[in-house]
Amino acid sequence: MQFLALIYAGEDQDDVDVETLIGQYQVFEGQLEAAGIMLGGNALEAVSTATSVRVRNGQSELTDGPFAETKEQLGGYYLMECKDLDEALEWAAKIPSARYGTIEVRPVMVFEQ
Amino acid sequence: MDRLARIFRAESGQVLASLVYFSRDLQLAEDALQDACEQASNKWPVQGIPVNTSAWLHLVAKRKLIDKLRQQHSQQNQYKLQLIEDSLYMQPDTMAETDYDVPDERLRLIFTCCHPALNEAAQVALTLRTLCGLDVREIARAYLTSEVAIGQRITRAKKKIRDAGISYEIPHSEQLKIRLPSVLKVIYLIYNESYSAYEGQSLTRHDLANEAIRLSLLMVKLIPNAEVFGLAALMLFHDARRSSRSSVDEPYIPLELQNRALWDQELIEQANHFMQLALQCKQRGPYQIQAAISALHAKATSWEATDWRQIQLLYMSLLQLLPSPVIELNLAIAKANGGQLKQAYTDVLALNDELHLYQPYHAACGELESRLQLPEKAYCSITKAINLSKNSIERDFLITKRRLLIEKG
Repeated sequence: MQFLALIYAGEDQDDVDVETLIGQYQVFEGQLEAAGIMLGGNALEAVSTATSVRVRNGQSELTDGPFAETKEQLGGYYLMECKDLDEALEWAAKIPSARYGTIEVRPVMVFEQ
Repeated sequence: MDRLARIFRAESGQVLASLVYFSRDLQLAEDALQDACEQASNKWPVQGIPVNTSAWLHLVAKRKLIDKLRQQHSQQNQYKLQLIEDSLYMQPDTMAETDYDVPDERLRLIFTCCHPALNEAAQVALTLRTLCGLDVREIARAYLTSEVAIGQRITRAKKKIRDAGISYEIPHSEQLKIRLPSVLKVIYLIYNESYSAYEGQSLTRHDLANEAIRLSLLMVKLIPNAEVFGLAALMLFHDARRSSRSSVDEPYIPLELQNRALWDQELIEQANHFMQLALQCKQRGPYQIQAAISALHAKATSWEATDWRQIQLLYMSLLQLLPSPVIELNLAIAKANGGQLKQAYTDVLALNDELHLYQPYHAACGELESRLQLPEKAYCSITKAINLSKNSIERDFLITKRRLLIEKG
């Protein structure tokens, strides 16, 4: 099964050293790939770069900022191949940001033929 | 309940767990079990009840499951079919219990039903439905909810198990530590619901208590862990007092006024046994500490002879693990019962901000104020407790208490 791990965390974490964090992510990704779990993943630019678009009555409406203003923001994701939810949750718990943010784990929907 | 229904109830958890193990599909397993029970209901009254009802249900339900898997025409099912067919070579009357009751299968299922990815209400309903064999009507009656609501809760939970990829596996040792508390919590929730109904007339619903204890004894067999033993001991100590908690004239009798001769010594002995096993694990835990408190009550020959000092120490130790104002309240009550009445009253008053909406808080205040010869304050506190009470039995008990207070004053 494929699972998407969505990484939510505050963007200005005073107590988190960016250099250390990047190092931790490199180690984590190495483990994820070695275990054959990693299908993809990326970090996202800061939420201040976000633009939201919606179409109403055929008109595109653009707003600056994210879909929802929250304290913790979507900052990146991993797409993982796991045997079940428990395995996905175990890997999600190892994502470095899990220690101060929250990782939302969602299965990827499979459409029956 | 008639004899067949009792047999089905007793066997269904085991059979269903086995069917889920083979099919990895809760709905399909339930349908197969349902078909087997229907066949039994038609055949048994005519042909007689088989010697080994459990083995009979296991075999017939597996055959029904094979039919259902074949109907699905899925490539994946070939492997599952082979597994079930391999397990089908025996005749029900010659089977030994170990041939069909694989406790691991039930353990798998309870971890699935109590997965933290499901909400608590769903965990409870699903556990009662699948492992205890209660039907939707019975669960709805126990929780004073509509059958439709319980039905939907169970359907949604099964859908989440399938769609979210929740497995039918026993978590490995590292995960077990994280997952075990939610299983124990569900069992304790089922037990607590059995004897303190929020709304409704009957304070004791024996069925739920029995099911919770049954699950707990199953856990004891499968996971010898301090808290597993602790929970079993705790529930058995409570259960030993079952028949003294009410009488024909008094629907609720507090511990203080219970006739201790009615306490079930056999259950107390069993509880003490589990308590010992828990202590041998040398690992402190909240269920174990609560069981130890119950053990001291069970040991005491009277309310006055209770070791309140030791109970205070245990509540202090519980507070370290689970800081909560309700436990602080219990600690204060233990202090009062141990003779430190004034200190206890000061402690209780300090909890007002956190507990002013909690009925037992005002009942405890009233009790202390009455003992401290403050009848007017006691009257106010008990009135507050009456207004917060959601249970007619509790309310009547408090109203009587208030009346006695006026007569005394």
